[in-house]
Parts: sequence; C-alpha cells; structure tokens
Amino acid sequence: MNLTLKVWRQKNPSEKGGFKTYKLSGISADMSFLEMLDVLNEDLSEKGEDPVHFDHDCREGICGMCSLYINGQPHGPHQTTTCQLHMRSFKDGDIITIEPWRASAFPIVKDLVVDRSSFDRIIQSGGFVSVNTGGVPDANEIPIPKVIADESFDSATCIGCGACVAACKNASAMLFVSAKISQLALLPQGKVEKRERAEKMVAQMDAEGFGACTNTGACSAECPKEIKLSNIARMNREYFSASLSTENI
Amino acid sequence: MSWVFKTLNSTLGKKLLMALTGLFLILFLVVHLAGNLQLLLPDEGRSFNIYAETMASNPLIRVVGILNFGFIALHAIYSIILTRHNKKSRPVAYAVSKASANSTWSSRNMGILGTLILIFILIHLRGFWYEFKFGEIPYVTYDGETYKNGYAVVAAAFENIAYVIIYVVSMAVLAFHLSHGFSSAFQSLGLNHKKYTPFIQKLGIGFAIVVPALFALIPIVMFLQSN
Repeated sequence: MNLTLKVWRQKNPSEKGGFKTYKLSGISADMSFLEMLDVLNEDLSEKGEDPVHFDHDCREGICGMCSLYINGQPHGPHQTTTCQLHMRSFKDGDIITIEPWRASAFPIVKDLVVDRSSFDRIIQSGGFVSVNTGGVPDANEIPIPKVIADESFDSATCIGCGACVAACKNASAMLFVSAKISQLALLPQGKVEKRERAEKMVAQMDAEGFGACTNTGACSAECPKEIKLSNIARMNREYFSASLSTENI
Repeated sequence: MSWVFKTLNSTLGKKLLMALTGLFLILFLVVHLAGNLQLLLPDEGRSFNIYAETMASNPLIRVVGILNFGFIALHAIYSIILTRHNKKSRPVAYAVSKASANSTWSSRNMGILGTLILIFILIHLRGFWYEFKFGEIPYVTYDGETYKNGYAVVAAAFENIAYVIIYVVSMAVLAFHLSHGFSSAFQSLGLNHKKYTPFIQKLGIGFAIVVPALFALIPIVMFLQSN
C-alpha cells in the first residue's frame, strides 16, 4: 500500500521542530508499524538524510519502550503498544500523522523520542520494600487471597510506556502512579511502607509537573495493558489515609 | 498543620476539594429544587411564599446559604487553579487528537460547562436572589400574616420568553456538567468498587437528567400559564 506520513521532526530539545511529509510506497499490510518506519528510515539513510528517531526495544509489547501518538491516539487506533500495531489497521492512501508524547514532564530528546525518566524518579521516590534476609522462606508462608494476588498482578502489568500521560488532556500520570502504588499496597509485603510510599510518590509526581485528574477515563481506555481506573481511586484513598496517619507533620 | 496544606495543595488534594464542594452543591440542588417546585402548585404562590419566608428567617439555613456561596466560589477558584496547572503540564498541543475515541465530551469540557453555569448563577442571583433581598417587592397577606410575594417576581420574570430560554439552556448545560461530575466526585474521593460504582454511575446519569429537567419545567410551565 501507498502511504503519506506526516512526522514530527525536531533536531534537539531546544529546537522548535515541525512536521515533515514523506511518501511511502509498497508497504505490506503484514508489517508492524515500527517495521514501516524502518522502511522509511532505510529510504532516508540511502538518500543521505537523517533518519527519524523513535523509541523501541523488545517489539513484543512487553517492555514499554515504544511510544508514538498516531493519528490522534497514543499507540494508534488499537489498545496495543505501537510495536504490536500492524499496517493492516490502515488503508492504502491513508495519511498518518505521527507525533511524540506531549507533556512538560516528557521533554523531547529528538524527533519522536521523549525523555520518560520522570517515571523512573517517581518509582525511586517510592523507596524500598522490606524483606527478611536469611534462609529461603517457605512457599505460601504469607497467605495472600487469590483475588488480591490477581488484582495486584493486574496493576503490576503496567509497563510504564506513558500512553496514559499522552492520552490525558491534562498530561496526568495518575494511572501510572496509581498502578505502581496499588501493586505494592495490595500485598502484605508492600503494606509495611505503603503510607510513606503513597505520600512520596504523589509528591514526586506533582514535582515532575504532571497534570491533575479529571476522571475522563482516557488513560485507561488507551492503556495497552488495560490498567483500570479503580487504581486511581485506590491511590486517592491511600494518599488521603496516609496524610491522616503518618508521622510527617 | 502544614500537613493539611501540603495534602490539600497536592493535585489529589485539589481534586478532593473539587469533589467535596461539588457534592455539597449537588445536595443543594435537591433542596433548592424541592423548594422551587412549590411554584407550580395551584395556589397562586402561597406555599412558595411561606416556604421562602421560613427559609429566609431560619438562622441555620442562613449559615448554610453563606456556606453555599463559599463553596461555589471555592469550586470555581479551584477549577481555575487546576485548569492552569493542567495547561502547563501540556504546553504544546497535539496537531491531531482523537479524544472522542477514549472519553466523553462532557468529561473533557467540565471547565467550559462550569463557566456557563457560573454565568447563569450570576444572572439567576441578580434576577431573583437580589430582588427578593434588596429589590422593591410586593407583599401579600395570608391569614393575617404579611409575606414577601416572591412568586409574583418569578411569575413576572418568566413571562419573558428570552429569560425562559436562558433558563432552559442553562439547565441543559447543568445536565452535561452533572453527567460527569456526579460520579467523578466519588472517584476523586477514592470510592470505586464493583459493588457500588455501577450504581453511582447510573444514579449520576439519572440525577443529571431528572434534576435539571424538573428545574427547566418551572420556567416553561410558568411561561405557558402567563399566556
């Protein structure tokens, strides 16, 4: 199929940047979206032009490295990661607009690559989980109900890609932060430090300049891992009850 | 007490204040509606006038009335603070955005809807609250007691079709604001559970339809009665 790509090009963080239009022909419907970009970059390299920079790593939908705001939606028209999006989702002659994640907390590094280290700093601010050293503990030594284990695991499937921030009209990181707070707050091992963790992670989230939540639900609707909105409610609960009960005056 | 300010100053805390003030205003709507529906009773405004006098002379209601103005102001001020913060979080907008694929229109436009409601409240206060309190208002006597005839002021106002249209359109705006705001407030408070969230969401939609519709019924019926 033949496609027209409108791609955001920006040489460095300080340059203004703008859209550049590229024509592509002979794209197979079986290619993944990233493979289509590989074809574009091969063309550009052969012409001696600077290839389009974009983030990618595992290309299996598990690492959270790929991003891209495709035709007005993070990761494109389906609820998957960009690497799992295939060209069969597009038609011959389509115009595809590709933009980087837009958020002040995700500054553009180059072209479509954004710096998501603000997520890392939020995780770091959460601190540690206490574990006993010594011999190997017995299996099932700590009883955890199946429903709780499942719920915690659902939250833990967040790959930190940032689609929630990209989808949110406020560039809010609530879904990401709430998933990270939830996965530990639900389990007995994570309960020990859960109050301090909620306080510190929310403080870091605000310090990074992410927006507030309007409960539009866009984050969850676009999340490739289908992280639920109930995580955000849990974060609100955890944070308010932590505020009322920690020793930090 | 610095922890209180720290908590309320966080993005979560600001949303908590939006939710609490919003829920109070939702309660206020119910009480206000119950009172106003008496305008439709076929007694030439007798029930309404007596009710209005009772409310105005009750010290508890007067305190709640002042609180109500305070909460409206707080709700509006915090929405401005949050909107400015959120705009700063995304300084460069997307060239193409397909927001309708992932969220409802009203949830994305609460600020615009709220601003329209605020303008309506100002018109409403000038037209009725100010007139009742400080305007020259006719009096009426029931069983030897003299009452302000607020009903006459309302009836006169709703003879004007333009005024009726402003009220009906404003109630439609309120309906959209409530259709998101009602259930959103519970989420902000941290209340989301499969046991009650589906009920809250349905209740919110029902509330957003029934309450504004009944409010809008008053000017429509009074306009039709005047002709």
